[in-house]
Amino acid sequence: MPLIIYKSHDGSTQEVHAEAGTSIMQAAVDNGIDGILGECGGCCSCATCHCYVDPAWVAKAGEPDSTEKDMLDCVLEPQETSRLSCQIIITDEMDGMIIAMPESQY
Amino acid sequence: MSEHCIIIGASHAAAQLVSSLRQEGWEGKISLIGDEPNLPYHRPPLSKAFFVGEKTEDELLIRAADFYEKNKVDLLLGSRVTVIDRDAKKITLEDGAEISYTKLALTTGARVRKIPFTGSELAGVFYMRDLNDVKQTHKFTGPGKSAVIIGGGYIGLETAASLRKIGMKVTVIEAMSRVLQRVTAPEVSAFYTRVHTEEGVDIRTEAGVDAIVGEKHVEGVRLADGSTVAADLVIIGVGVIPNIELAESAGLTIDNGIAVNEFATTNDPDIVAAGDCTNHYNPIYDRKLRLESVQNATDQAKIAAKSICGKPEEYNALPWFWSDQYDLKLQIAGLSQGFDEVIIRGDSEQGRSFAAFYFSEGRFIAVDAINRPKEFMMSKRALTAGQTADPLKLADESIEIKDAFN
Repeated sequence: MPLIIYKSHDGSTQEVHAEAGTSIMQAAVDNGIDGILGECGGCCSCATCHCYVDPAWVAKAGEPDSTEKDMLDCVLEPQETSRLSCQIIITDEMDGMIIAMPESQY
Repeated sequence: MSEHCIIIGASHAAAQLVSSLRQEGWEGKISLIGDEPNLPYHRPPLSKAFFVGEKTEDELLIRAADFYEKNKVDLLLGSRVTVIDRDAKKITLEDGAEISYTKLALTTGARVRKIPFTGSELAGVFYMRDLNDVKQTHKFTGPGKSAVIIGGGYIGLETAASLRKIGMKVTVIEAMSRVLQRVTAPEVSAFYTRVHTEEGVDIRTEAGVDAIVGEKHVEGVRLADGSTVAADLVIIGVGVIPNIELAESAGLTIDNGIAVNEFATTNDPDIVAAGDCTNHYNPIYDRKLRLESVQNATDQAKIAAKSICGKPEEYNALPWFWSDQYDLKLQIAGLSQGFDEVIIRGDSEQGRSFAAFYFSEGRFIAVDAINRPKEFMMSKRALTAGQTADPLKLADESIEIKDAFN
């Protein structure tokens, strides 16, 4: 199972062995990771699972679609590598991926 | 006695409470009691992705099973609480077992409003609230079959869209003069009527139901005008009522829901409540609200957990909602009830993308954004920050949405 490293806004990290096929958001919620809420359950409606993909992992995470891009345009604290974590489906290739969470989600 | 928090109702709010209690440092025991056999699951997909088979039962779970194990939660599923004894601080289960608590959380949600139509007991007639309801409907669905939906609210319309997706013939019966009358502006109702019609749904407004007819199973719905619409499946979606009876019989204050203060606490300081079952004060709208939404369940549960852990914080979240139908992503921020002006950005009469901004006495109060995530996101931020908006700028698409708020 790929290892996902969640980095909180204060720099502390939590490691989760996640099932491939689930989303970065769901893996966080299932493991009680603070800072990713995922209120809409993953249908790209709420932007409460906003995260920053570590620059080294951006290519592996894929491209956001147009709805996600529009939502990301308007999130609090946007960054270059902002994504909605419910839209990133975990693959075996993501083993070791680092995901950071914005302060506004705490 | 050691600390024990019992949560009654395995709902959205319950799933959040468990997580928030542990995050806030609750070290005592946690028990979660639910009358359904399932762990807390996402209800919105029941009328959408789960209904059409795009999501499995496991994928509905809000949090995976091992989350409850890791957080040391005693699960009592398929079990119903019959009595709360506040003096003795214990609850009684259906089987007579008694369990003591130090803190109690009521996340009992809401149940469907049932209308005793003649024939509503026939096989093939359903309400859409529980996983079990939806699983049962699958015997009656299939391409070419007919469905009648009673109620043109969000649940009715989402179900209509799902049934079209699987190739069924769909008729929606609405008693009022337009669909979504209770919750949106006429422009938005007209839009949804147009899209559903384009997608092949027959929408009948100002139509009363006389009876559901059939021999052994449903065969049709007879309307008040005497005509009958054939149906292999009937789905009734006419609203929900809060589950307050347990709280009421325990002597807790009831006021269109379980009355809670800004800290999600009932009139008993050791009992909190969160989600659809509560009635609470919202400072943004300066009135009491009973909301039917995932947002409220989640956000209020966090406040309830803080109160249990002795770290009270005021609840002041902005209500928001969503509804997915066909290729339409509707996102709603705020509450539009009581609006006296609507500004449309984009074209609601053609295409499938616009936003309706609601005002009351010149103040911006809510938005219905259809395939307009930016309008939704910016409105949500503005409403949360207490900003209002310039109607002229909102209506002018040459002005960036972010520049319309002040």
